[in-house]
Amino acid sequence: MSLDEPIISRRGLGRLGVAAATIAAVGAVKAATSPAEAQTSGGTIKVGILHSLSGTMAISETTLKDVMLMLIEQQNKKGGLLGKKLEAVVVDPASNWPLFAEKARQLLSVDKVAAVFGCWTSVSRKSVLPVFEELNGILFYPVQYEGQECSRNVFYTGAAPNQQAIPAVDYLMKESKVKRWVLAGTDYVYPRTTNQILEAYLKLKGVAQEDIMINYTPFGQSDWQNIVSSIKKFGSAGKKTAVVSTINGDANVPFYKELGNQGIKATDIPVVAFSVGEEELAGVDTKPLLGHLAAWNYFESVDTKENKAFIKDWKAFTKNPKRTTNDPMEAHYIGFNMWVKGVEKAGTTDPDAVIDALIGVSVPNLSGGYSALMSNHHITKPVLIGEIQADGQFNIVSETPGLVVAQEWSPYVEDTKDLIGDWRAPLKCGAFNVKTGTCTAGKKA
Amino acid sequence: MHRLIAPLLLVILVLAGWGARADGIDDAYDALSASALTISPASFDSVRHGVEQLAVSGDPRAAVVIGALHDGMLYANDDHALFVQQPDGTYVDARTGAAAPDVTDDDVKAVRVNNAVRGAIDGALGILQLFSPDSPVRLEAASAVFTSHDPAALPALDKALAKETDPAVKRRIEQARAAALLSAPDASQADRLAAVATLRDRGDQDSRSLLSALAGQTGPVADAASAAVVSIDRVLQIWSIAESVYYGISLGSVLLLAAAGLAITFGVMGVINMAHGEMVMIGAYVTFVVQQLMHAYLPSLYGISLLIAVPMAFLVSGLIGVAVERSLIRWLYGRPLETLLATWGLSLVLQQVVRSLFGANNRDVDTPGWMSGAYQLGGLTLTWNRMYIILFAFLVVAALMAALRYTPLGLRMRAVTQNRRMAAAMGIRTPWIDALTFGLGSGVAGIAGVALSQIDNVSPNLGQGYIIDSFMVVVFGGVGNLWGTTLGALTLGIVNKFLEPIAGAVLAKIVVLVLLILFVQRNPRGMFPLKGRAVEA
Repeated sequence: MSLDEPIISRRGLGRLGVAAATIAAVGAVKAATSPAEAQTSGGTIKVGILHSLSGTMAISETTLKDVMLMLIEQQNKKGGLLGKKLEAVVVDPASNWPLFAEKARQLLSVDKVAAVFGCWTSVSRKSVLPVFEELNGILFYPVQYEGQECSRNVFYTGAAPNQQAIPAVDYLMKESKVKRWVLAGTDYVYPRTTNQILEAYLKLKGVAQEDIMINYTPFGQSDWQNIVSSIKKFGSAGKKTAVVSTINGDANVPFYKELGNQGIKATDIPVVAFSVGEEELAGVDTKPLLGHLAAWNYFESVDTKENKAFIKDWKAFTKNPKRTTNDPMEAHYIGFNMWVKGVEKAGTTDPDAVIDALIGVSVPNLSGGYSALMSNHHITKPVLIGEIQADGQFNIVSETPGLVVAQEWSPYVEDTKDLIGDWRAPLKCGAFNVKTGTCTAGKKA
Repeated sequence: MHRLIAPLLLVILVLAGWGARADGIDDAYDALSASALTISPASFDSVRHGVEQLAVSGDPRAAVVIGALHDGMLYANDDHALFVQQPDGTYVDARTGAAAPDVTDDDVKAVRVNNAVRGAIDGALGILQLFSPDSPVRLEAASAVFTSHDPAALPALDKALAKETDPAVKRRIEQARAAALLSAPDASQADRLAAVATLRDRGDQDSRSLLSALAGQTGPVADAASAAVVSIDRVLQIWSIAESVYYGISLGSVLLLAAAGLAITFGVMGVINMAHGEMVMIGAYVTFVVQQLMHAYLPSLYGISLLIAVPMAFLVSGLIGVAVERSLIRWLYGRPLETLLATWGLSLVLQQVVRSLFGANNRDVDTPGWMSGAYQLGGLTLTWNRMYIILFAFLVVAALMAALRYTPLGLRMRAVTQNRRMAAAMGIRTPWIDALTFGLGSGVAGIAGVALSQIDNVSPNLGQGYIIDSFMVVVFGGVGNLWGTTLGALTLGIVNKFLEPIAGAVLAKIVVLVLLILFVQRNPRGMFPLKGRAVEA
């Protein structure tokens, strides 16, 4: 092979370089890897697992696939469900949002699964939502999210903002006497909606506009120097300052590192995060994170019998004594047990019957209580606040005395303050306006 | 026998303590155990009060007990008795220091701390260490008291100030005293005015924070404080410009590192290598492996593991680069679109290979002690890791330029890129030069990975974040020109950092990209286009 002919002029190279960069930026044209591992067999109930096993989100979602496999295996050991064995159908949407919808369609129409457990990011949930509504499937969504949604076909086992963000802000306001707030987030739907709710809530609590600083960064931000420096400046106004972080997974580590390097300790400006859990802290140098906070509904360090048994099973199942557990795993644990109970109650896996049977089902959670599935398709949860310890676990410093009921539509946002979701007869509406008495969206006869 | 005596002794000791000492110490010890038994805001408050009381009580065990609490070694049993766990796992009684052989792990629970307690502990340890014989410890201690600015520390500060001989420590103690005075409303006005002056002279953000806390009050002290805030702000304003420049250079150096290898493979060879970021990622993983191996086999040299990782990363990424060139890219010369797609596919393959080998989770690469923390230059916080990366980036580029200019390989590379036929006629094996050039570019990318492992996540996605920026830098600076790449990286970094505070991080990136596209429209060959006949070939 010779290079005698001119390939392309240098002029063109510059343009091509920009084109290459643009392709990378638009990116994410990734092929799906594994086809469904499903075969049709008569005596089984199929359960779909829709979590990314490759791509950016694999870091968080692979664990959830594993925990589902464990729960299904345990249920089969107990004799299955309705006298049939459960069969997991694992698909890989590869962190590619449109592919989530395709894979969901495949699970529901080709594999005919009875229920799907899956999704992590809100954008993936929004992508599959029309598919589940069209094909009348059941989705269990295990991750804390921004709320403002209530679909008949989705069961939200993660926290709504009032089950995570608002109690965390209350804690800082009360215990740390925080007067000034930095709302820092990655630029996408979850942080934007959460911060919108928090901003309204803080103002309601008498925080002035100049005491709130909102900052958004792109996905995967790694250079936090001047953002941390401006947080430091913002914090030098003589009032106790805290950062409420909705920064997404990967960008967190450089953020905390920069805080540590610029000498900001948790005792000066605490950071409370909603997306940092045990899984994210594994493989991270926790020195600069010490004392920073996270709000969740579950921590691996929860000291209960149920949790100890769960951790033991998990380590045995993964054959890895170092595997951690985290909040979305607990959500799947609760969601799966709820679905099992709902199917038993309905006596069938028919979606309409199960959706109706699920409301009111109550199962033990891992923090020593019971979580109930409410008529808004969200579950009741305790809210825990933990400080990061040197070993990457959380030291629980606050726990709500009782369970918190999810507010699917935020009362702090003007557009949604009059809405409620109630999927029981006779209302059967995902967004019912209590002022006007009309169902604004999601009506299902 | 022994079992009986120990509790008895304890009772006697406790009773003796009761008689001999002030009630304050007993209360302090009692308060300390609260958060071991129940977690509530009140129990943490109690521990905090306990720490504060104990620090100023003059109790000889105070430093040990508070130190144990700081290290998470303080335990309490159901009867509120406190024990300190020793490094060997046994317990001693916290109040007396006597061994407590009967206590086992099951009897006691750790006293929990939260941020408020941690702050109190730092302040308390600061007070206790003000009298340490080492001046660096005293300096640390004075800084801790400054941060906690607890008026209760005033007597200790006065005493320490009278004894202090080291001028730097003395100044810091004066500042700590000023901070405490400002929080003490019953201090005399003269004292408080002097305190305001001391803090104004210190002039940093912490002082500003303390002074502006007085806002809203009236009287001469508050007036002096608000005047001081204004004067501090004026100084900080100037520093913030210097800060933006520094951050820009720092970002630019990271871009430069990531782009230096691409300046060779794309700039010199004209190969659109979309897998360039993955070579960076592999370099970061080599750093991780080197650290793990050294941790296991050469713990004495662990501190310099990064230095050893540099040549290793160069070799591994470089060899992979040579292999890629020989097996894939050489078949695609002259077909840029196919090269783009093939290397894009290769990047996905490499990511998934790494994900399968090391798992999808981030890997923990330690930052050595000499790279953590920051150097305070006036109002400028210069973080060590960034400073080393700036230095490292320029060293890498200098070495690369020297290699191209002064080594036989560099000579051949330049010959081949300038006139391939002539070079071949002179007996240069041009295919091998192509392979080595690509290997060099990939190896430099690997070196960049070592540096990036210090500031970014070591994950399979590491490279993706840099590929766009790298292409931008090379195109902007002028394809095939290392000087252009250097200046391009620095310009993009500084422009980005000046835009960020105004426009926000997201918009700043977009604005930079739009400006770049406009620039390339006008100057398709970048800032420093290559001149000469070879260019038009």
